Amino acid sequence: MKAAEENWLYTISSNKKLIDLNFNEIWRYRDLLLLLVKRDVITLYKQTILGPLWYFIQPLFTSVIFTLVFNNIADIDTGNGVPSFLFNLAGISSWNYFSACLNGTSDTFKKNQGIFGKVYFPRIIMPMSTILSNLIKFGIQFLVFISFYIYFVYFTDGAYNTSITTAIIILPLIILIMALLGLGFGMLISSMTTKYRDLSFLVAFGVQLLMYGSAVMYPFSLIQEKVNEGKLPDWVGFLIEYNPMTIVIELFRYIMLSVGGFSLSKLIYAFTISILVFLFGLLIFNRTEKQFIDTI
Amino acid sequence: MKDVILKAENISKQYRLGLVGTGTITHDLNRWWHKIRGKEDPYLKIGEANDRSTKSDSAYVWALQDINFEVEKGEVLGIIGKNGAGKSTLLKILSKVTSPTTGEIKTKGRIASLLEVGTGFHSEMTGRENIYLNGAILGMTKKEISSKIDEIIEFSGCQRYIDTPVKRYSSGMTVRLAFAVAAFLEPEILVIDEVLAVGDAEFQKKAIGKMQDISKGEGRTVLFVSHNMAVIQKLCNKSVLLDKGKFVMKGKTEDVIEYYLQQSVLNNSEYTFDNQLNSDKLAYTNKISIQDLEGNLINEIPIGKPWAVKVTFTVTEKVKNLVIGLGMTDLYDVAIRTTWSLPKDLEKGKYEITFTEEYLSFNQGQYKLIIGISRGAQVIEYLDNEIFMTVSDAIYQQEKSIVNNKSGIISNQMKTHLKKIN
Repeated sequence: MKAAEENWLYTISSNKKLIDLNFNEIWRYRDLLLLLVKRDVITLYKQTILGPLWYFIQPLFTSVIFTLVFNNIADIDTGNGVPSFLFNLAGISSWNYFSACLNGTSDTFKKNQGIFGKVYFPRIIMPMSTILSNLIKFGIQFLVFISFYIYFVYFTDGAYNTSITTAIIILPLIILIMALLGLGFGMLISSMTTKYRDLSFLVAFGVQLLMYGSAVMYPFSLIQEKVNEGKLPDWVGFLIEYNPMTIVIELFRYIMLSVGGFSLSKLIYAFTISILVFLFGLLIFNRTEKQFIDTI
Repeated sequence: MKDVILKAENISKQYRLGLVGTGTITHDLNRWWHKIRGKEDPYLKIGEANDRSTKSDSAYVWALQDINFEVEKGEVLGIIGKNGAGKSTLLKILSKVTSPTTGEIKTKGRIASLLEVGTGFHSEMTGRENIYLNGAILGMTKKEISSKIDEIIEFSGCQRYIDTPVKRYSSGMTVRLAFAVAAFLEPEILVIDEVLAVGDAEFQKKAIGKMQDISKGEGRTVLFVSHNMAVIQKLCNKSVLLDKGKFVMKGKTEDVIEYYLQQSVLNNSEYTFDNQLNSDKLAYTNKISIQDLEGNLINEIPIGKPWAVKVTFTVTEKVKNLVIGLGMTDLYDVAIRTTWSLPKDLEKGKYEITFTEEYLSFNQGQYKLIIGISRGAQVIEYLDNEIFMTVSDAIYQQEKSIVNNKSGIISNQMKTHLKKIN
């Protein structure tokens, strides 16, 4: 009798573990994860005329504008034999994935407070579903990029220096780094904004600003040049160089267009940073998820 | 042998009152500073019992304080108490939406909660897609839902609209669909908060029937919170009474409800209200008294006798079309009647209105009076839960009548005409 009473299956208490990621539980809710991804994908462009075409329009138009402004007007050199349009499209597609992950997860608690206040399920399911549905979006945009790549390489003669390198095998790793960075920062911000809303104002334009510091519309080599010429302070060059997103985007362009350089140590550095950011975000997220409904 | 499926030990929950602002961060920092030195949270000591009507300097209150109880397998436990007693907080802790400040709850089964129907519905998706999504949110797997989807759709009664986006549904249909999903959940412990207060009469009946099946037929454990005593009585065999965040009693539902209702009835014949609290209203009540026709205060009104309610109220500025309403309900909040004065234009000042009746046609027992003051359709004041009256059967006892508790709320007799026809 005594022994049977001690045989409890679940306990609800105020004790907090530092990192409490219950994989069994997440696995049990895997159907929810998939249904949420499905929801995000099918409801995004409901009641629009162009529908899924919006997936293509946004990166294409941005690339056109970037090419006009940064390459045609500001004269940034994207390298010999590399069409600037393709250069920009590569940068924007990968940057979009990171920023969509960050933006999508950074208001997890605020956006879902109605549902979080009513039912329990592992809260991490929500940001995870954002990461996955954005992956689908990235996949579509990647196909767009590939189509333009094929067009430029085989049907024009401006892309004589462009080729996909064998380093394409690390593409999944690069996507993982972007996902971890977006998810980590997103969870961090969403947790911290439950009590103090200040950060949410920062995110909106912070992401925009960060894009300029992540070598999206210029090659990183240009920064080195300017630092060497003394036109750019050293610390700015340093910040851009060690911004993990700079490394990721440079790598992405190296893989797809063979511009820029490949450095294993920088890849390891970016991967380590992304893991750390993710773990730190998870830690804060876990601490918040039990109490946030009282403070939001 | 008792088969305890859920056990709550010393559950407490503290809330901070007021706004979250710059003052909060100093508390947070202080708390953190105590924590890293291994000391106790300084703000845990200062909480007060949760009494909403008294003002206090303390910014912290205990929504729940040292709650202990056990639930046996197959039990349908009602949780009752006044507003602010901590019922919903307890359910929130049980359903893991928020965690307790101290104490723990141990269970031997999965808990699923049904706190408010329709959460998580996406208006752009069809009924069928929403059934899957909502089911998954409530903890079902896709396979489980697929095996029950036909039953769910049938129970909801929305067959025709099932492939239409939910945004085209009427609110009643949304609720039906949501309840249907939840009704087919199969956790060991189900937590329900006031969901039956929705839908039309037919659906409410269906929902209550389903709840009874779940608990009686399928032997699942259910925790149920509602203000509707009639439903609690119908569904729950045991109940827990909470008051101001503290555990009062647990026992058979009838006993607990009886105790609760008795406790909330103050057998007064005169009720006065604090003017200060209401001074910004257009009009407010000062005093309500229950009397006989001569103006003597009476505690109990005998069945069939004349009686009156006198309301003294103050009008703070000139007002048009002022109406005073008097409503009566039984203690289960079932409305019995409403009566009101003709609209009048009133100057600023203090007034008195008397509602009288020659023949009190209610059966013996206790009733609740509701006083409302309104301008046209706009409610200025609404007092319920505060005024009670008692009807006694003293006279009938003398006359050896057959009237008793089971003969209904209304006791006035119809005319009878008896004759021999054959």
